[in-house]
Amino acid sequence: MPNFELGKYAIYIVPAYAVAGVVIVIAVAETLLRTRRWKREALRLEALKASKEKG
Amino acid sequence: MITVLANPQRFLAFSRVAAPILGVLAAVSCLAALWLGWSVPDDYQQGSTIRLLFLHVPCAITGMFIYACLAGSAFFGLVFRHSLADAAARAAAPLGAAVSFLGLVTGSFWGRPMWGAWWVWDARLTSYLILFLFFVGYMALQASMDDETKADRASGILALVGAINLPIVYFSVEWWKSLHQGQTLFEPGKMAAVYEWPAFLMLGAFYAGFGALWLVRIRGEIWRRRAQALAVQGSR
Repeated sequence: MPNFELGKYAIYIVPAYAVAGVVIVIAVAETLLRTRRWKREALRLEALKASKEKG
Repeated sequence: MITVLANPQRFLAFSRVAAPILGVLAAVSCLAALWLGWSVPDDYQQGSTIRLLFLHVPCAITGMFIYACLAGSAFFGLVFRHSLADAAARAAAPLGAAVSFLGLVTGSFWGRPMWGAWWVWDARLTSYLILFLFFVGYMALQASMDDETKADRASGILALVGAINLPIVYFSVEWWKSLHQGQTLFEPGKMAAVYEWPAFLMLGAFYAGFGALWLVRIRGEIWRRRAQALAVQGSR
């Protein structure tokens, strides 16, 4: 079972894990949002191009 | 494999399947490593700070691995002039900067209670800081040029120059007298098995997580280039 009694070193261990958690969450979110945004933009422009070619 | 994936359409089809698999693998390994890592007994010398091993060491090793991926992609981009290789190098840099930053920060949180200092100009720490700066320099050089082809070429050369630093980081603890401890994880018998499992599991989680995010970011680069090409065509 996990042991969360860290004693006097808690002030070093907890912030290290917290910083890592924050950085990882930001990296995942930024990666997913960025990719989604460019995919949406590319598909929008492709549709625009197709409609121009038709009309 | 590389030739097959060099086609953007095939890469998009492959990464659509591979990225979620790697993401799930990373999440499961990370949870297992956290559970095991927080269940281990305190180290007889380092006390509860041994829990930082399961975070710091995977971050540090993955940072180096990402740089190797960045330099490898830059090499393929420079030699074969393949846009997907350049996209892969671009996609790796921010992830490498984030992970190597974590390697430095978590090392600092470990160094303070063990060495009595947040930072020392030790060979391992200094060479690792240089590794982080190469990631940042790569991104800065990319951002400083409007012409993407020129930017990819210039930053690719910078990435290859930075690759010289990789063996320096790795062997720094052997080549110089270092406050940082020597190689432990891959040296048999140097670490108790109870600490090895969570460390390797977390390393696996970092590798898989990087793999997933790298694939997604390369997809983003492909879409971005496609969108920008269409925007240029549309403006004519």
